Amino acid sequence: MAIPRFWREIQSRYNLIGTKCGSCGKVDFPPRAVCPTCGRRSVGKMQRVQLKGKGTVVTYTVIHDAPAQFEMQKPYVMAIVQMDEGVRLTSQLIDVKSEDVKIGMKVQATFRKLGQEGDAGVIHYGYKFRPA
Amino acid sequence: MRDVAVIGVGETEFGELWDRSFRDLGIEAGLKAIQDAKLRSEDIDAVYIGNMSAGKFIDQEHVSALVADYSGLADMHLPTVRVEGGGACGAIALLQARLAIASGMHDIVVVGGAEKMTDVGEVQAAEILSSTADQEWESVFGATFAGLYAMMARRHMYEYGTTREQMAAVAVKNHKNGALNPEAQFQKEITIETVLQAPWVAEPLGLFDCAPLSDGAAAVVLCEMQKARKFTDTPIRIAGSGQASDFLAVHDRRDITMMDATVIAGKRAFAEARLHPKDIQVAEVHDNFTISEILAIEDLRFVEKGKGGPATADGLTALNGKISVNTSGGLKARGQPVGATGVAQAVEIVRQLRGQGGKRQVVGARRGLTHTLGGTGATAVVHIFERGD
Repeated sequence: MAIPRFWREIQSRYNLIGTKCGSCGKVDFPPRAVCPTCGRRSVGKMQRVQLKGKGTVVTYTVIHDAPAQFEMQKPYVMAIVQMDEGVRLTSQLIDVKSEDVKIGMKVQATFRKLGQEGDAGVIHYGYKFRPA
Repeated sequence: MRDVAVIGVGETEFGELWDRSFRDLGIEAGLKAIQDAKLRSEDIDAVYIGNMSAGKFIDQEHVSALVADYSGLADMHLPTVRVEGGGACGAIALLQARLAIASGMHDIVVVGGAEKMTDVGEVQAAEILSSTADQEWESVFGATFAGLYAMMARRHMYEYGTTREQMAAVAVKNHKNGALNPEAQFQKEITIETVLQAPWVAEPLGLFDCAPLSDGAAAVVLCEMQKARKFTDTPIRIAGSGQASDFLAVHDRRDITMMDATVIAGKRAFAEARLHPKDIQVAEVHDNFTISEILAIEDLRFVEKGKGGPATADGLTALNGKISVNTSGGLKARGQPVGATGVAQAVEIVRQLRGQGGKRQVVGARRGLTHTLGGTGATAVVHIFERGD
């Protein structure tokens, strides 16, 4: 993947920037130009908002068959996290044994290396979650 | 809208076919279907091809013209269309071809589906498959395609008490059916223990919870209904079709244990056909993972929500059970050449409704259904077929 593809998303991946609909108040992450609930009424009313980084595990898996990029990390835990703001996202869970992960556990976002790219090994960063 | 029928079907064997190229496969399936319909090439008005990712698997785009060319149709200068829609592309191609005939634009259209997946390594193939999920907000964080389905499975187990044994029963049933299908990739029965003891792919899914990587192609010939009777005594009418989309990423969906796209595509198809789930005797559903078949039979309303696991374990979906599901062996045992899937499902249903199911024939099958997913359920397509005689 080309490097700009990573830095374009830095605001959301580093700082959890999403959007809040000016019409219904629903929070989306990553930012959306149009609210899925309000449609055209929301256009131009989507305000930037930073998520607080706290959430709850909705479901999870332990990945054993990993893409080349993640080969060195396997097995690792992936989860869908419901943020306190209501929106859900997909992320790795770290600093926890896979057998200790439970649906409903409270987690907190943290800043980590996500991977590296190409021959130059340019590192890209973003959020992972750990037990709160 | 004019009525449309299937008048010819054909498919290649499915599997790791090292000695066969993409074009070999596409041509074989197409020619078999044309021969089955007893068509001359002059009868064909257009060619539609379902293909997920020839660009990534074999570095070849523009496969619609390619398949028509190598099928000997280049001099006819037919319109050719390649449809992309993740794993649902074959089923969408079928829907678009149906519309082209229903509208009156064409009378006879050949619909093919093909994928050549084994020219790349397994890790790369898995990465290509996962490109139908959200690359920026799922894959980049390490979520694999199997991992996303595994998270649906985990939540389904949590909410409905579904067990690994019940999921394993899907694989066991589909292998049992596949053993009766001479074109299937795996023609071998397996046991619950085989599934449970297999290495993990993404917990709670093991290797035998996952459909394989495959090469293969399938084709059907569609024809306007009145004209169809000139070609065959048993035209298989497309009674209803439905397609629906949803949020691309699993985490954005309303309910992780349910595919709204399947629910809505199913409702649309049943509404058009003026039928109900109880009217269907045989169904091919998208079992790319064992949990997927459980979700599909629930979301298509063949069983109550949450009861897909027990229903499978109790044999309700076995061959000649309450409803026979994946008599071909499904994606699990017949194989999963992605672009071919939706078309291969239609081939199986047509054979069943014609009474050509051989050892896996469903007794008294008059109406059948296909269900095909794109990605992790951001697209779903349902077609309902019935005997036209």
